[in-house]
Amino acid sequence: MKGDLILRVIAKLLMPFILVFALYVQFHGELGPGGGFQAGVIIAAAIVFYAIVFGLPAARRLLPDALVESMVAAGVLIYAGVGLAGLVLGGNYLDYFVLDHDPVHGQERGIFWVEAGVAITVCGVMLKVFYMFAARARDLDS
Amino acid sequence: MAILVLVMVGQRNLFAVVVLAGIYSFLMATVLVALDAVDVAMTEASVGAGISTVLLLGALYLTKGEEAKPLHRPVLPLIVSVAVGGALVYGTLGLPAFGDPQAPIHTHVAPHYLAESVKQTGVPNVVTSVLASYRGFDTLGETTVVFTAGAGVIALLRRRRRNGENDR
Repeated sequence: MKGDLILRVIAKLLMPFILVFALYVQFHGELGPGGGFQAGVIIAAAIVFYAIVFGLPAARRLLPDALVESMVAAGVLIYAGVGLAGLVLGGNYLDYFVLDHDPVHGQERGIFWVEAGVAITVCGVMLKVFYMFAARARDLDS
Repeated sequence: MAILVLVMVGQRNLFAVVVLAGIYSFLMATVLVALDAVDVAMTEASVGAGISTVLLLGALYLTKGEEAKPLHRPVLPLIVSVAVGGALVYGTLGLPAFGDPQAPIHTHVAPHYLAESVKQTGVPNVVTSVLASYRGFDTLGETTVVFTAGAGVIALLRRRRRNGENDR
């Protein structure tokens, strides 16, 4: 699809909107529908779209394999880290009330980081699976 | 949706099956919107119809597009699946009626979540507060499951690729 001018232009136009929508779903998840899982999938979908139109090597330059693999682990670590932060600050594991002076603010802060962790892991796993399948297809071609 | 499933079962062309599965997911998402479960509908639309369709098409590219003829008549699997389905339907007969306000799920912790969520967590979307705060351990487990699935795929596909290189 590399020679298809219209697709390439439209893809470039759409990418920022998809990413902004993903961030909206991520950070507006507390008010409306959405959250980390959905946002992670939408970001992954944007990158998959990019890979389909511009080719896998371009997507791999954008988000290298090492980064994607570390995202897979980093999200879970962030989530678990929020739990440990609750322990360190004198609460129970995954207790958000102690994360700030005001318990309600502590809750908001905890939920924010937890959702971020979920989004990063989900995005990383989806992208990694796609990369592996697509790379196998390329191996068959060559 | 039932028609769609029957068409999918009868269809031998796997590409058509993948596309029909995507349509099925979108219909499922609209059903969930009708049930006021917008968060789940969003997940179903993006994962079921979006990412998994792309992954299945990617897998299809690696294999052939036509389903192979079965070696024997699938009578036993049919009996097993009909029996399990019948048992599940029989089980739903014991559940309280849809929308029953006296059902256990509406009288246990749900009223507490609905009444106290904004006061305790400052988050207006109760789904998010239950998911990330009240049921934080469950979500940590889910994230770990996603992580484990990703790690498993990495382990499987990597090893196979190396074997393939040795074979050549």
